[in-house]
Amino acid sequence: MVSEELDITNKNLPAEQGPVQYVNELTTLNLGPTHPATHGIFQNVLQMDGEKIVSGEQTIGYIHRAFEKIAERRPFYQITTLTDRMNYCSSPINNMGWHMTVEKLLGIEVPKRAQYIRVIMMELARLADHLICNGILGVDTGAFTGFLYIYQERENIYEIYEEICGARLTTNMGRIGGMERDLTPTAIRKIKELLERFPKVLREFENLFNRNRIFMDRVINVGSISAERALSYGFTGPNLRAAGVDYDVRVMNPYSSYQDFEFDIPVGQNGDTYDRFMVRNAEMWQSLRIIQQAMDNLPEGSYYADAPNYYLPPKQEVYKNMEALIYHFKIVMGEIDAPVGEVYHAVEGGNGELGFYLISDGGRTPYRLHFRRPCFIYYQAYPEMCKGLTLSDAIVIMSSMNVIAGELDA
Amino acid sequence: MLTNEEVAQTIINQFGEAVSDFDDPYDLLTFSTTRDTILPLIAYLKDHPTYQVGFLTDITAVHYPDSAGKEFCVVYHLHSLINNFRLRIKVYLSADDIHIPTATSLFASANWMERETFDLFGVIFDGHPDLRRILNMEEMDYHPMRKEYPLEDATRHDKIDELFGR
Repeated sequence: MVSEELDITNKNLPAEQGPVQYVNELTTLNLGPTHPATHGIFQNVLQMDGEKIVSGEQTIGYIHRAFEKIAERRPFYQITTLTDRMNYCSSPINNMGWHMTVEKLLGIEVPKRAQYIRVIMMELARLADHLICNGILGVDTGAFTGFLYIYQERENIYEIYEEICGARLTTNMGRIGGMERDLTPTAIRKIKELLERFPKVLREFENLFNRNRIFMDRVINVGSISAERALSYGFTGPNLRAAGVDYDVRVMNPYSSYQDFEFDIPVGQNGDTYDRFMVRNAEMWQSLRIIQQAMDNLPEGSYYADAPNYYLPPKQEVYKNMEALIYHFKIVMGEIDAPVGEVYHAVEGGNGELGFYLISDGGRTPYRLHFRRPCFIYYQAYPEMCKGLTLSDAIVIMSSMNVIAGELDA
Repeated sequence: MLTNEEVAQTIINQFGEAVSDFDDPYDLLTFSTTRDTILPLIAYLKDHPTYQVGFLTDITAVHYPDSAGKEFCVVYHLHSLINNFRLRIKVYLSADDIHIPTATSLFASANWMERETFDLFGVIFDGHPDLRRILNMEEMDYHPMRKEYPLEDATRHDKIDELFGR
């Protein structure tokens, strides 16, 4: 019997071509503009080599509403409604940042009580902002439970806003010169209830995530950025602090009596997604501390400054008092000119340093108003942070950066 | 703590004629420079052993259509995180020649800020790696933040300020 030699070469291929070559062809993947994982409307065109991201390019501007242009035609008071719609997760911070900018221009000294109420509201807004960011990070890693747990708390924070000003998302509780109204007993009760209940919820949330094996595998060493690169990219807020730089506008340039409160600045080490998550969690504890201190030491006195030319009078006064009615109209219609000046004022927004650059030529509207939106500035680091990682990592990184489309486009 | 006078004096000693208009509105050191000096100036402040102005807060522009020869003003906000010192640098440009060198070699964050300034004002940043519109659509052939484009229809007669006694 003649043994046949087994031929293992593929007879269909020409001999000179050799084994099949793997053709390294990049795939273009459009993530967005409207995709549930993009947290708003913006497009990421990713070049993928298999599962790996080689490069990325962003297109923004889908909801560009020309806020800076609109502001040139609006009296100072009416610009509040534009700032609401930038970082809509923490609109009170934007509002009050804008009010403080105008107060700086006008030289209005706000009473202590108003400053403390502002601090309470801004820290509640920060809590709501970080809650939604960290909760959604959980959802983007596949865990819906944590989000459901803490969403109730955000709801309760919105109820406090509602108690104070009647609105929930686009709040209108601040005024140039103070607050629209004082804290009502119901609002005080609700804030106190929140302070009692929130630590328990937050601890439970931390227990769910902080040492969760699956979560840690998804986020540790994902999207790391060094402190040096983060500074070069203009990172601020929790994203910068996660990289190990303890820059916080509340401490460096205190506004609205932040110097009266004791709180720490949590910092991370690696600047990865896990650190950003942990820094936000730790900041929530600090926010609770600040609110507690502000509630304990809430000063007596007026909740608005004595600046009738700029402070919109309380509504009850407008109905009864002729002077108040006149000033109400003068302010709402923007009859009163502002002094000539040039102001830059920054506040610590939910995502970082939110700056307002205002040039007044002495008219009733700004000559030029520019918003320094933290999201806009640090989002350009996104391709560098995702390079060489997988698509699922890219989603998690975007989530942990807390990119808010309203603030990105403005 | 650095004082405005101290920093201003150092900058004047270093750059002399090229810096001018020193002022500190609301305690923020503000001065003007020329477009040839802006990059060496920022680089000098960044590398200065004491000042360490290592953070670019913002780049934007302002349009002054009525001041001849100085129609555009590019404004840089810088921050020294080490010394907690902020400063603002302005460069005035003529409308005929709105070129300025890019700061992307010094700060990565300058990329989008300059693209936004180009998009809204038409200031051309020479040497920018990717100077395209960022917020508006590519097909637009004008720069909407310039003052010649009013927000509302200029032919409307119901919103004239004089009618309301303003």
